[in-house]
Amino acid sequence: MNQHVMPKLNRRVFVIGAAAAGAGLALGLDIPFGGPTVVRAADGSPEINAWVVIRPDDTVVIRIARSEMGQGTLTGLAQLVAEELECDWSKVTTEYPTPGQSVARKRVWGDFSTGGSRGIRTSQDYVRKGGATARMMLIQAAANEWKVPSSECTASNSVITHAPSGRTTTYGKVVEAAAKLEPPTDVKLKDPKDWKVAGKGLKRLDTADKTTGAMIYGIDVKLPGMLNAAIKDCPVFGGKVKSYDDAKIASMKGVKKVVKVGDTAVAVVADTWWHAKTALEALPIVWDEGDNAKVSSDSIAKWLAEGLDNAQPAYVGNQNGDAKAAIAGAARKIEAVYNYPYQNHATMEPMNATALYTADKCEVWCGTQNGEAAFAATLEASGLPAEKCEVHKLMLGGGFGRRGMTDYVRQAVAIAKQMPGTPIKLLWSREEDMAHGKYHPVTQCKLTGAFDADNNLVALHYRLSGQSILFSVRPEALQSGMDPAAFQGVAQTGEAAIGYSVPNLLVEHSMRNPHVPPGFWRGVNVNHNAIYMECFMDELAQAAGQDPLEFRRKLMGKHPKHLAVLNAVAEKIGWGKPAPQGVYRGIAQVMGYGSYVAGAAEISVTDGSKIKVHRIVASTDPGYIVNPAQVERQIAGSFVYGLSALFYGGCTVKDGRIEQTNFDTYNSMRINEMPKVEAVMVPSGGFWGGVGEPTIGVAAPAVLNAYFAATGKRIRSIPLRNQNITFA
Amino acid sequence: MANLNINGKTINVEVEDDTPLLWAIRENVGLTGTKYGCGIAQCGACTVHIDGVAMRSCGVTVSEAVGKQITTIEGLGANGALHKVQLAWIANDVPQCGYCQSGMIMAVAALLKEKPKPTDDDINEAITNICRCGTFQQVREAIHAAANV
Repeated sequence: MNQHVMPKLNRRVFVIGAAAAGAGLALGLDIPFGGPTVVRAADGSPEINAWVVIRPDDTVVIRIARSEMGQGTLTGLAQLVAEELECDWSKVTTEYPTPGQSVARKRVWGDFSTGGSRGIRTSQDYVRKGGATARMMLIQAAANEWKVPSSECTASNSVITHAPSGRTTTYGKVVEAAAKLEPPTDVKLKDPKDWKVAGKGLKRLDTADKTTGAMIYGIDVKLPGMLNAAIKDCPVFGGKVKSYDDAKIASMKGVKKVVKVGDTAVAVVADTWWHAKTALEALPIVWDEGDNAKVSSDSIAKWLAEGLDNAQPAYVGNQNGDAKAAIAGAARKIEAVYNYPYQNHATMEPMNATALYTADKCEVWCGTQNGEAAFAATLEASGLPAEKCEVHKLMLGGGFGRRGMTDYVRQAVAIAKQMPGTPIKLLWSREEDMAHGKYHPVTQCKLTGAFDADNNLVALHYRLSGQSILFSVRPEALQSGMDPAAFQGVAQTGEAAIGYSVPNLLVEHSMRNPHVPPGFWRGVNVNHNAIYMECFMDELAQAAGQDPLEFRRKLMGKHPKHLAVLNAVAEKIGWGKPAPQGVYRGIAQVMGYGSYVAGAAEISVTDGSKIKVHRIVASTDPGYIVNPAQVERQIAGSFVYGLSALFYGGCTVKDGRIEQTNFDTYNSMRINEMPKVEAVMVPSGGFWGGVGEPTIGVAAPAVLNAYFAATGKRIRSIPLRNQNITFA
Repeated sequence: MANLNINGKTINVEVEDDTPLLWAIRENVGLTGTKYGCGIAQCGACTVHIDGVAMRSCGVTVSEAVGKQITTIEGLGANGALHKVQLAWIANDVPQCGYCQSGMIMAVAALLKEKPKPTDDDINEAITNICRCGTFQQVREAIHAAANV
């Protein structure tokens, strides 16, 4: 069970893939901002630089390298460029450059990866510079035409004004001249306090087509002569196809071809997807399931539980003092064991990609969170070089981390390669999507806290046992075998640092990697770490006979930003004041993705098992906020995602495969179960944090702590449906 | 082979009688605004109107739909104008990824036809579509906004 097959990549692709995955910070200021050679967009309009194209009618085309999957990054990045560009927001439109274009231009658009809540925070600097540089060149072009110093000219709303003479012109009129200028090297960015477009809750740029059915997602691609493919991969991860009897379905309606996809999957290609899926279900397939078929949730749980034993080896992620000695000599100690299950991303749009392969070209159309990774996958699967491959990005029907992986792209190309010249749209059924996720990792955690005679917390031992995502998907990021990301939310320093000071602290991870493939599931390791730490903080407070908020505050003196968001939710929810009759409160905080977040919930419980969530208050300090309306939506959506996982989620393993097959066995919250989320945004400036993920971490512990307040019962195992606890 | 009345037009589709209406609409008629999410009538992404009633088109066969008036998201507006629910969705900036929103809008349009001023309880009972992005807050606000137009 601890065996794991490393991804096989040839060297050429590995270099591109690794660059696509992890090079974000290395790019920064090296990105060029135009030059004397004018580059033109497809319609002939000149680029001022890679980020800004202006048409003669003053339309501003802003290039967006990151992917839009609902999180609002497309609009936010456009706001940042427009802010520095001083353009007319009503004339802004956006377009995605393709990964092939980016590679051909030495990665002029930087990192395409859209995960880790990085879309805004790790590109804000260079996209703002792109906007500012373009503005300066446009002003210079006007000044040159008027033969006046550029310092006498100003730009606003796409209009350049020379105040001394009263002359004005527009961006569209000087763009040709501006595009020929050398870009300035001394570019100053605005102080965010002077923002007029950024920092405002402007409407999204991609809404209208999402209300009329006109938005094209990957599943909607239509190409001339296109056929449709349905696929079945061995339900036991690591298993293989032994044989299949395609003669049995050859005469079924619409069937064109049955193909093997790698060693592990079979696909049926037909005129329509419905025909392909119907035939696939009738296709007899014999699997070689291998030893993994013996694995179950119970066997995984047993193996992880062994890792909680201090005698077993573990990586130390954070420590100070001597926690083990302090616990051994303490006046009193308490201990608890928690666990968190596998979770499927369950994007509303199942995985899909369309591929067209010919001897000298391979093109892919798909929703992807990482255009460059999809491009690298296309190269590898097609065997063609970069100049003969292209990926066209489409709107994602949800990502949540799942579409940062490229398995579905590889499959589509592998099928198309067996039918050269015919475009193939591969679509997974929901059942295939549930069976072949990249699951939130499974973990257990034993927490031991020790008090002195005066009920002061003197030691905390946080022993995590379970799966590493990086071990599977990015082994090069391991540090001497240790997965540093496993400590998200409980790390000593960095973008996911612990918010408490304990005199003796030991945080460690016994890495155990079952055969179920893990992936980055919105919130990633913050999710379970925040539950373990924040629920146990409540247990410690109870053991010390103290209020959960006051108990935390005493440990947070050296963590003012963590404390500030906690105080903000406490104030807003009325902590310390009486709650309505029968209503109980819970509170939690965590840091993740460079942001500080806290949440509080008010719930009532009927018969010990029916929970009604009355109120949710959430606070976020991400440093700066580019679009508060979208940040508010990300905070609220994080509770829907996090509480769906808490109440209804959990993927279990039987005979080596995932048992849940669809939304009837892996449910998701509906509107009647979700209260309004009251968001308290407290951006304190001076740093850039992400917002798409961190709040998920506090959703579950806030509710679980409220459940204890209501019932006196601790819940240490998730999901709640396993304990017959559900929404009222 | 069947004649379907979709968005006011009679369309001849060459499919087997037991083909789910969803796939006939998407693949044979070519209207892709109606989305596939689960195929088992759980998520509501494929919601259309059949004789004015919101139905999950993955659970309705083509033969069951023959002779009925089918409306998809593409046909919700009339005379080139958007439906008031679509306008409220735009005004309230409801969609995130947007994939579930065709079905959500169709479900809401049917609710407002039946109950022009729905209460929160009416909404809770009638709107059972899954949205994994979690747009429920904006959905609720936009329903009330559309009801008050």
